[in-house]
Amino acid sequence: MSLKSTQLPTPTPSGSRTLNPTSLRSRRFSLPRRPAGTVYRGREGMWSWVLHRITGVGIYFFLLVHLLDTALIRVSPEAYNAVINTYKNPIMGLGELALVAAIGFHGLNGLRIILIDFWNVGTRNHRLMFYIVIALWVVLLLGFAPRHLMHVFGGGA
Amino acid sequence: MSTVTIEAAQTRVPERTTETTAVEDAPPGSFVITLIIRRYIPELDDEPRWEDFDVRVLPTDRILDALHKIKWEQDGSLTFRRSCAHGICGSDAMRINGRNRLACKTLIKDLDPSKPIYVEALKGLPLEKDLVVDMEPFFEAYRQVQPFLIASSAPPARRERTQSPVARERFDDTTKCILCAACTSSCPVFWTDGQYFGPAAIVNAHRFIFDDRDEASQVRLDILNDKEGVWRCRTTFNCSEACPRGIEITKAIQEVKQALLTGKAS
Ligand code: SF4
Ligand code: FES
Repeated sequence: MSLKSTQLPTPTPSGSRTLNPTSLRSRRFSLPRRPAGTVYRGREGMWSWVLHRITGVGIYFFLLVHLLDTALIRVSPEAYNAVINTYKNPIMGLGELALVAAIGFHGLNGLRIILIDFWNVGTRNHRLMFYIVIALWVVLLLGFAPRHLMHVFGGGA
Repeated sequence: MSTVTIEAAQTRVPERTTETTAVEDAPPGSFVITLIIRRYIPELDDEPRWEDFDVRVLPTDRILDALHKIKWEQDGSLTFRRSCAHGICGSDAMRINGRNRLACKTLIKDLDPSKPIYVEALKGLPLEKDLVVDMEPFFEAYRQVQPFLIASSAPPARRERTQSPVARERFDDTTKCILCAACTSSCPVFWTDGQYFGPAAIVNAHRFIFDDRDEASQVRLDILNDKEGVWRCRTTFNCSEACPRGIEITKAIQEVKQALLTGKAS
């Protein structure tokens, strides 16, 4: 049997495979432990996809709960009202803001993806379109958030 | 020949060598960078580990030169692939500072030399040793799209098949692929779903689908119409950004999707 090209010293027996070939000479090892691998540094396209996924899954779970609570009205209007009333607190108010933010991004970015797939210059302008999506999204939230937060924290209603 | 001359020569030679060595060791304009390489030697390591190396380089050196220096002067066990060293064979795609690039096309001066440079193997393909991954899943997908000319007729006697410049232009971009796997292994869909054909296979299918000399466009379109075919693409553009040949991969994939929808490869 031919030797492995590395011809490394055999590891210490009984499963403790901690011997490093390079540690035979003094060598700087990176300590403390680094992550298993670096995070892939994708650009706008990758992060828009990540956001799209996260918002998509978030919206899905909201819809699930929303279907359930709306279905309660078939059980009895009182039960429905009781559940809806528990939603009227600041935490749920912030949740609603997050929901609008998620739907806003998911919708706008969805249009961007449609343009990438169906408009033949879309793939060349995907980055620009991403920034347009972000700009529109910020405008949307600037319009919605102050009013909504006034309702939630404004005491009245 | 007198002994004097020999002695003179003998005394002069070492002097020159030291000078040359000094200049060779630290050429003007050179500096030391730290490479942090993710290493894995299956005979010894249970888990991949990071190891630091200091290398003296010139700004015009490439990451491949730094790897060579390490292998030749510091640690011969460092393992990586390279063949041409000039960006044409596609052997040395790896993750450099978190992005897939060819080591032989990445200049030190295009990175930030004041910070350590992270070098690791491609993601999503089985790690074999240090920077070497098993390319078989990648080539398997490539073979499945039948990346060769399929034509029932023989070419005209003693001549090649001719094609108009316009028809050639249609698929020009995708002829440039060197099968380095930088694109496929940058794709988040491929990382989680190894069954996905991956960008490179689609690029090479595109090259024949839109070639008017080829007669099997429909066959390849049917192959890519699969659940694991073009419809898996989520347009993250990682492939287009990783491709060392600057192929507009996402555009090519989009064109294949379009051809599937409209039913014609024009
Ligand atoms: S398309 Fe580009 S990145 Fe992908 S294998 Fe070919 S040359 Fe490499
Ligand atoms: S060594 Fe051939 S492409 Fe880099």
